[in-house]
Amino acid sequence: MEMKRREALKSMVLMMGGAMVGSTAILTGCAPEDRIEGLEFSERDIAFLDEIGETIIPTTDTPGAKAVGIGSFMVMMVKDTYYKPEQETFVDGLNTLRKEFKDEVGSDFVEASQEERSNYLNKVFAQAEAEREEREGPHYIHMLKDLTVLGYFTSEIGATKALRYVETPGRYDPCVDYEEGMKAFAI
Amino acid sequence: MANQDYDAIVVGSGISGGWAAKELTEKGLKVLLLERGPNVEHIKDYVNATKAPWEIEHRGRRTVELIENHPNLRRDYVLNPLNIDWWAHESDSPYIEEKPFTWFRGYQVGGRSLLWGRQSYRLSDLDFEANLRDGIAVDWPIRYKDLAPWYSYVEKFAGIAGNKDGIPHFPDGDYMPPMPMNCVEEDVAKRFKERFGDSRHFIHARIANNTQPLPGRPGCMYRNKCSLGCPYGGYFSTQASTLPAAVATGNLTLRPWSIVTRVIYDKDTAKGTGVEVLDAETNETYEYNAKVIFLCASAFNSTAVLMRSATDIWPEGLGSSSGELGHNVMDHHFRTGANGSVEGFDDKYYFGRRPGGIYIPRFRNVNGEKRNYLRGFGYQGSASRSGWSRNIAELNFGAQLKEALSEPGPWRMGINAFGEILPYHENTIKLSGEKKDKWGMDVLVMNAEIKDNEQKMRVDMMNDAAEMLEAGGLKNVQTYDSGYTMGQGIHEMGTARMGRDPKTSVLNGHNQVWDAKNVFVTDGAAMTSAGCQNPSLTYMAMTARAADFAVNELKKGNL
Repeated sequence: MEMKRREALKSMVLMMGGAMVGSTAILTGCAPEDRIEGLEFSERDIAFLDEIGETIIPTTDTPGAKAVGIGSFMVMMVKDTYYKPEQETFVDGLNTLRKEFKDEVGSDFVEASQEERSNYLNKVFAQAEAEREEREGPHYIHMLKDLTVLGYFTSEIGATKALRYVETPGRYDPCVDYEEGMKAFAI
Repeated sequence: MANQDYDAIVVGSGISGGWAAKELTEKGLKVLLLERGPNVEHIKDYVNATKAPWEIEHRGRRTVELIENHPNLRRDYVLNPLNIDWWAHESDSPYIEEKPFTWFRGYQVGGRSLLWGRQSYRLSDLDFEANLRDGIAVDWPIRYKDLAPWYSYVEKFAGIAGNKDGIPHFPDGDYMPPMPMNCVEEDVAKRFKERFGDSRHFIHARIANNTQPLPGRPGCMYRNKCSLGCPYGGYFSTQASTLPAAVATGNLTLRPWSIVTRVIYDKDTAKGTGVEVLDAETNETYEYNAKVIFLCASAFNSTAVLMRSATDIWPEGLGSSSGELGHNVMDHHFRTGANGSVEGFDDKYYFGRRPGGIYIPRFRNVNGEKRNYLRGFGYQGSASRSGWSRNIAELNFGAQLKEALSEPGPWRMGINAFGEILPYHENTIKLSGEKKDKWGMDVLVMNAEIKDNEQKMRVDMMNDAAEMLEAGGLKNVQTYDSGYTMGQGIHEMGTARMGRDPKTSVLNGHNQVWDAKNVFVTDGAAMTSAGCQNPSLTYMAMTARAADFAVNELKKGNL
């Protein structure tokens, strides 16, 4: 059973081009197999995830994660590609975030300012990074970041506006000049 | 009722079978090409090849369901939702692992020619003389000069991009222009040359992607989606290359869903008279007759056909009189090497997604060097800038992170070694005698492993990688050895080896089964030793050579 989960997580690593977003501790530890039966997310959850995604990848001169429907994307990915322990971490993490944010900041996440949200998420992220060594499995903040980055940069908006998408390059120029600020090619 | 009589039957439609069908039909033979799986039509059936990233479900990640349904495929990169239909399903086609063995098969028209890595290197006499020199296994019955013209012949037709590098033990071929090295690779190549002179070489990959147009094949468009099938015919596959040529002769009959259960053997003439086919859709059995039979079903399946044939005469099957049928399983062991970061090129980038990279040919145990192991290894690698999936832990969420990930990241370069595995008699496949697949066919039992020679080689494979990357100017060089199990290289070879003596080999120097001279085996099964080069180009050359020989023998009345 442990192998299955390891393979699932390794496949994530592969799809991410070999660079694991989040903890490498994700590759160890044991877990029961398969997924939470009947796992569903409410409209409210999706709206919450949209705002989290938008905090991680905000609207700038190009649209942000909310514009690509990041909440619905995350829900689909968690339901279909996460094993049960990761699903539990994700769901528990959302509840924790919702509650502790309100306790600390004094308002609901979705109603807070961009600054309040990003300060808070960055704090959670920094803490998760610091505890990386001793934790078994991933932290929910790594999941939120991973899914937001994946969903955004592979979306039509992300690939064509935040990046340069060339479906059929037709040639290979092995050495072209690059200046800071020029966008990366998608894929 | 379809025609039952042909001049030639070709079993399997992958790289080798496609070549056999092309050569035999072009020489005027009426050919029946049998494929155990479904048809895959060029372009039309490449359903994921032109999808944008946002059109791909789960953005290409594996679902839990996909992983759970594929306990074998999930062992490696091959479990990809975008081409899952082109890998044989383990529940339909199981096998038994007495020792761990990873067997990735392509059961459809085109076989693994749709999916292959396309690296195309010639063997040389360093390889063909290796067994004789080392006193192990048996000597190859051919030398480089026997295969050289056929390498040229297949390279010109297939379209191999490569550079002529003039390395004596690593022969040049007939190439289209290579895909250029990017600025970092050029720089590493320069430093490499300064450090190693002519003792080691850092060269362009030689790959079966056409950098110039070929008939019906506009060529590589630098999309790097080869394994989804190429609508531009940008790489060699049965569908893009050999099948259209065979069809154009008017001499080809392609029959998908045709599992060959056995070669029908006539003991009076000591020949195969045809094959028995199990229709994979209807489970009905048919017989087809031919003067010549080419087994190109992939190494282990060609051998399995032999094992199921003429069992009334040889209990272990046709070709087993030597005692070598099913023995000497080989592959290439890999998954070890090094990578590092590159400084000083932040103002350089590239355009296009090149489906290749660089290659470092074998340099160990060459020119009289003697390591503490036999044979050697080569490396594949490339340099590139990292993309949005890189980990940037130090950046805060928000505009800063978005902006950083929208730009190309630092350059990195990695190389991965591919090493030779010796032909050990005790590394075997056999028919289980009990367990059956979906079609009631006896499944194979794998019993093979790498040994001391390969383990010792792996030490060099890893450490040499680091040494060379450091010499190439890379920083923070890190080595890795991710471990290897037999079969993982997807270069399975051996089990019906060529040789000079019917007592110690299954095939002669023209790929004829010693015990049935009109039956030819021209895929990986025939390999007497493995070399460390990716083997498909050698199967192509060997197949074209054997087809030429077979037609000449047929004309002379010798078959």
